Amino acid sequence: MQELVELLAKALVDNPDAVQVTEIEGEKSIIVELRVASEDMGKVIGKQGRIARAIRTVTKAAAAKEGKRVAVEILQ
Amino acid sequence: MKSVEITAKTVEEAIEQALVELNIAKEQADIEVIDEPQKGLFGLIGNKMAKVKVSELVDPVKIAKEFLFSICDNMGIKVEIESTVVDNYTHLSFTGDGLGILIGRRGETLDAMQYLTNLTVNRKIEDRVKFILDVEGYRKRREETLNKLAKRLSDKAKQSRTKVVLEPMNPHERRIIHTALQEEDGVNTYSEGDEPFRKVVISPENC
Repeated sequence: MQELVELLAKALVDNPDAVQVTEIEGEKSIIVELRVASEDMGKVIGKQGRIARAIRTVTKAAAAKEGKRVAVEILQ
Repeated sequence: MKSVEITAKTVEEAIEQALVELNIAKEQADIEVIDEPQKGLFGLIGNKMAKVKVSELVDPVKIAKEFLFSICDNMGIKVEIESTVVDNYTHLSFTGDGLGILIGRRGETLDAMQYLTNLTVNRKIEDRVKFILDVEGYRKRREETLNKLAKRLSDKAKQSRTKVVLEPMNPHERRIIHTALQEEDGVNTYSEGDEPFRKVVISPENC
């Protein structure tokens, strides 16, 4: 999941080098934490969280394939 | 889009330098000669250098495909993507095995990928390109389903003389419903609620 979120985030931001993704894996669920440069926050969240929602939807689909639940959190 | 302006003794030389600077091949470049070189008097006075502007050509479809291939690769699914241009839209259709996962519930995943693809590609190019993603003819099938649904529910609204409220849909799907019932006598359609829960209402006339 980590690579997927990283790939999506890097495609959207102006500072791909500042993208950091960490993954905490549990038994049934995975938490993916995404950090980007502060000026890029809008690029991964979007108006009314539209971009964030799209990232979560795509990640969820990938996780479902492995029978897992995933939560993508965008951190400051 | 990256571009550089280079001045050199000859046009060829200037182009060569520009390509090296941009680190691209000649096929990927858009070359514009700004000044032709001119020999001055006796080759001494009034010599004019060649000046060219070279820009990197970016192919939006290529960027989109690379983006989508890397997503699918990451999910562990093999796909083929075919692109066709209809009106102002570039359709990218996926074929392969087990692609249901790419559609998601009511096309949710497909719409998310489509949205991200449009964002990713259009931030890299000057002219906007609009992409529509499709998996194994899903969009066509969904359109037919929605058309049938619209007709059925409009009959229901007319018979019962009450409003029929549909489930929340995205703008594209709502438009299909509105269009399907535009010519239909005896009913009006409108949307209510806020995104992403906006829904179509079919209301019988004189009611």
